[in-house]
Amino acid sequence: MASPQVKGASIAELAEGVRARKWKARELVESYLDRIARLDGRLGCYLLVDGDGARRRADQVDATVAAGRDPGLLAGVPIGLKDIFVTRGLQTTAGSKILRGFVPPYESTVSARLAAAGAIALGKLNMDEFAMGSSNENSAFKPVRNPWDLERVPGGSSGGSAASVAASLCAGSLGTDTGGSIRQPASLCGVAGMKPTYGRVSRYGVIAFASSLDHPGPFGRTVEEVATLLEVIAGHDPCDATSIPSPVGRYRQACAAGLAGMRVGVPEEYFQAGMDPEVEAAVRGAIDEIARAGAKLVPVSLPHTQYAVATYYLVCTAEASSNLARYDGVRYGHRTAEASSLEELYSKTRGEGFGAEPKRRIILGTYVLRSGYYEAYYGKALRVRRKIADDFRAVFDKCDVLATPTSPTAAFKLGERQADPLQMYLADIYTVAPALAGVPALSQCCGFTKNHLPIGLQLIGPPLGEEAVFRIAGEYQRRTYWHKRLPEDPS
Amino acid sequence: MSVDRYEAVIGLEVHVHLASRSKIFSSSSTAFGKEPNSCTDPVCLGLPGALPVLNRAVVDAAVRLGLAVGSHIRPRCRFARKHYFYPDLPKGFQISQYEEPLCEGGAVEFRVAGEARRVRLTRIHLEDDAGKNIHDDSGVSFVDFNRAGVPLVEIVSEPDIRSAEEAAEYMRALRTLVRTLGISDGNMEEGSLRCDANVSLRLHGTEKLGTKAEMKNINSFKHVREAVEHEIRRQAAVLDRGEAVVQETRLWDPERGLSQSMRSKEHAHDYRYFPEPDLPPLAVDQDWIERAQRSLPELPENRYRRYTDALGLSAQDAGVLCSEREIADYFDVASKACAAPAKKLANWIINEVLARIDDPRRLAAVDLPVPPVALAELVDLVEKGTLSGKLGKDIFGRMWQEKRRAGEIVASESVAVVSDVGLIEEICKKIVAAYPDEVVRYRGGQSKLLGFFVGKVMKEMGGKANPKTANEILLRLLG
Repeated sequence: MASPQVKGASIAELAEGVRARKWKARELVESYLDRIARLDGRLGCYLLVDGDGARRRADQVDATVAAGRDPGLLAGVPIGLKDIFVTRGLQTTAGSKILRGFVPPYESTVSARLAAAGAIALGKLNMDEFAMGSSNENSAFKPVRNPWDLERVPGGSSGGSAASVAASLCAGSLGTDTGGSIRQPASLCGVAGMKPTYGRVSRYGVIAFASSLDHPGPFGRTVEEVATLLEVIAGHDPCDATSIPSPVGRYRQACAAGLAGMRVGVPEEYFQAGMDPEVEAAVRGAIDEIARAGAKLVPVSLPHTQYAVATYYLVCTAEASSNLARYDGVRYGHRTAEASSLEELYSKTRGEGFGAEPKRRIILGTYVLRSGYYEAYYGKALRVRRKIADDFRAVFDKCDVLATPTSPTAAFKLGERQADPLQMYLADIYTVAPALAGVPALSQCCGFTKNHLPIGLQLIGPPLGEEAVFRIAGEYQRRTYWHKRLPEDPS
Repeated sequence: MSVDRYEAVIGLEVHVHLASRSKIFSSSSTAFGKEPNSCTDPVCLGLPGALPVLNRAVVDAAVRLGLAVGSHIRPRCRFARKHYFYPDLPKGFQISQYEEPLCEGGAVEFRVAGEARRVRLTRIHLEDDAGKNIHDDSGVSFVDFNRAGVPLVEIVSEPDIRSAEEAAEYMRALRTLVRTLGISDGNMEEGSLRCDANVSLRLHGTEKLGTKAEMKNINSFKHVREAVEHEIRRQAAVLDRGEAVVQETRLWDPERGLSQSMRSKEHAHDYRYFPEPDLPPLAVDQDWIERAQRSLPELPENRYRRYTDALGLSAQDAGVLCSEREIADYFDVASKACAAPAKKLANWIINEVLARIDDPRRLAAVDLPVPPVALAELVDLVEKGTLSGKLGKDIFGRMWQEKRRAGEIVASESVAVVSDVGLIEEICKKIVAAYPDEVVRYRGGQSKLLGFFVGKVMKEMGGKANPKTANEILLRLLG
């Protein structure tokens, strides 16, 4: 048996090798576990490595193969799960001290679907606490470092999910995107990541930050890998009332379908002052490449874009203040050691358990939902949100997919923006509007800065238009080599 | 000073457990009285990542209730989160309805001492129940989440109620209604029906509403009567002293028969309602409404009117029969099989059947000793004269004991009344001859001695003489 070279290996070749008995799932798992053991001390991607569980499940896949049965599309593929997906019997913290010690008695729908397809979860990936952040510095446990430059952030909140794929500490991963938490770290780490249409992927078992904005989605080194994982996790779930019942698209095929006849919209609002010139140059270069591939470029406008960040922070803080109310120390997770009254049990448990960012958002959200202020804040935000969604609806009459930058800058330095939450919130400036509209959006690598930091291209589709996005993304990737660049292993 | 100076203005918020097998937003059982925390799941425990999915059977039950009271069923309604912290509230919020409830308007019709009353409804909405805190003697508190997620409807009335008595009767009428509809078991002892009462006073003849206090934690008809009565007196005393009633929430303590302030208006909860993002808006289309409308049984108030108008029952009898769904059902089945007048049948049910059971709900039991058709048979035997009233009652007692039919007992033991005029006349003559003194006194004007002779005849015949025939013969012989 050939020994698998896992650094930079693709999901398709790993699974094919397992099915063809070129290597065993167990060997893949050992190779990845070995990389994690050697490298993750420097990177901080994993909050928990489930070596024994991974080996056990790998052996089951190998037994399935040996018995001549179908081991599934993702046979033996080692993956990582953002620590926001609940995993039966495996501690799940959402990056927060308040959930330390919480071992869920049930499994999220999407992690169960991955396992059913033969994927092997290696462990739980680091993240900003309760998915609140754009740098992963809000993890209650440790920061994640960007594999391209260890002094820089990987983006957030799915920083561990993006960095682990970039550093080949897993072949693919799951994250969640509420205002950009998949796309922005994908961009900063030079990998591909997609926030599918809201409701396309079940949220059951995904710890809620902002329910109407939370989108689970996949990371891969290439867009095909993202498409493959999405085909496995997408689809209706009776346990999620907001899940969409329509059939899942053929995303892998779409990646290879070419883009003949497609119209790509370039929204002027996404190319305004404040963007790093290197980012702008790379993204414009990518759009030119897409045009050269045969797509028709259409200048378009999304006039309500400027209100997206404000709207987003009203909606997400309101919902977060509600979703985080259950962490009270009564049933699970952290409970304060000493409380003389019920009131004190709550205030001390929550005071000790939550970090600064969740506290900030709980306070903002509580303010937003106060009786008598609902209309002025939350009610108005919902109306603006509809305007933003209408912008997208209108623009997709003129084009099939939008092309924009994912993040206004490449990865910034650890600590650089921590003192200034507003500056941090602007990292989401290009990603929040598609989140508010619930439309699918993908980020893929479209170049590097002169400091060798990845730059991301964001492709946005209409509701349930994932296939259109993959057609552009697949064709662009075929014409470029950015995805083949790998960061050096940290020493 | 006097309570009578004031008119009480009362509105009730009644919470009713809906009888569904599974919870309103998840699959675990709603069974009562199980091992603590054995009927739970990730959703009703509010575990991280769990999501609610609406149980449509619960919506159907609430739609039927809304139609029964003439509410407008909103074609599109929404759920909302109502936030507060309490250990029995696992999510830190209750999923309720706020701005867009399922049902709006409508009214409940019922009677207080035979007098028709109508209380308008503001709204009926769906929500999930909380768990239950259990306090140990040692000072440790536990929480049982079996009740968490049990479906509730909250029925909010307009302030149309004017007395404690009326409040209790209104609540009783709601209980009968939900039990008639089959949407709740209405078990008071299991907390299936609970209410909060908003009470204010104003001088008779004035329009302006007084300041109200909300009484919480009322879970029986007796308690609603006592709590409201107590609150009326308390507010009257406050007003008599020239003070103002404080707007506040008060907790009723049924053990001690008094209430205490829980929180004032200034400390009222800000529930921070907002639309539940995990549940899409609920659409109830016309088809659904029509299906539900067709499924409605005869409602208690219509039944009452049928009993009094078509069947000629007294208000009192009709009231007793309609007080529980099972009594009325029993009466209706018996009535179909019975040729005797409804009034007679009603008497048998009220005096004999109900006297033998402590819980009228038992009338629906399959092993009931005297099912309605068996009672109908007995009543007909008495009405035809085959059995005397006295014999009939004896036989009813034996039917209840032995679970046998009346006809069977009569046939096997020849207990039927003797209607043979010749035989009865013979005995009557014998008795008249045996008591010459009494005959003289009877003829001298002591006509009540007729009963003495009837009694002697009955005794002679072992109680089997047709009393009507014996009466007629004796009257002739003595006359």
